[in-house]
Amino acid sequence: MKAKVFVTLKNGVLDPQGKAIHSSVESLGFSGIRDVRQGKYFEVVFDESVDAESARENAEKIAKDVLANPVIEDYRVEIE
Amino acid sequence: MKFGVLVFPGSNCDHDAYHVVSKHVGQPVDFIWHKDTDLSGYDALIVPGGFSYGDYLRAGALARFSPVMNSVKDFAANGGFVLGICNGFQILCEAGLLPGALIRNRGLHFICKHVNIKVENSTTAYTEQYENGEVLSIPIAHAEGNYTCDDETFHELEKNGQIVFRYCDESGSVTDAVNPNGARSNIAGICSKEGNVLGMMPHPERACEELLGSNDGRELFKSLASRIQGS
Repeated sequence: MKAKVFVTLKNGVLDPQGKAIHSSVESLGFSGIRDVRQGKYFEVVFDESVDAESARENAEKIAKDVLANPVIEDYRVEIE
Repeated sequence: MKFGVLVFPGSNCDHDAYHVVSKHVGQPVDFIWHKDTDLSGYDALIVPGGFSYGDYLRAGALARFSPVMNSVKDFAANGGFVLGICNGFQILCEAGLLPGALIRNRGLHFICKHVNIKVENSTTAYTEQYENGEVLSIPIAHAEGNYTCDDETFHELEKNGQIVFRYCDESGSVTDAVNPNGARSNIAGICSKEGNVLGMMPHPERACEELLGSNDGRELFKSLASRIQGS
């Protein structure tokens, strides 16, 4: 059982790294890009004995308490 | 009176803080390893600068799970003085002891230089020996010093006098041009509502000797010692 956790900056929080990536991408010649926001991606792999429901529950808690800082970041959990 | 300096794996300003307390304040001070949990007997704790846990995940994010931090929370809740400098400020925000967060500098670079900061509240335990509006020359050394918080938090900070230091020019004007990292409203340091917890990105412990370019940081430690003495 694997949990995929996506952590992204909240809307309105400045993302200087995203801006730098945006300008690099444009300097490569790509156009029509309004914005680039960067985030983090985690894979949390559970033991086989853990069922989907408790994997989701734990992954949500791990995301909230550790992987994301709720002051500036949002998170999303997917189980597969 | 006794000071403690917390030491995490990756702390690197712990000895500077220790030196200032022992030499310039003239008070007993211990290093406290991050796995220790007994903080009895201490009056003030310094959470020093550095790169705790290599800044992995987010600056200060992993240090907050060190065993000592639960004790630090109790210590602060009981009115103990906690001073977080640079990475220490980041740790205190991550731990919820101070509101807001510190994100990447708007210019992306690590910045290491002397800056001017203005004392915005000289009534705190840390700033009593400064004048209100006094301009201090104190070095910064960080890549994630860009203070951010939501509007509600910001208004609370303003209303309660929790904004203790702001980046300014030599004459004390607070302008965007002298904001080194993009911090909201040029915020360089804030304290808790009760005033016993202070976090700041500039390094006052590196500004305690004329030889190092400035001794403007000394009064911060002396203010704190005299507040403890008087209590």
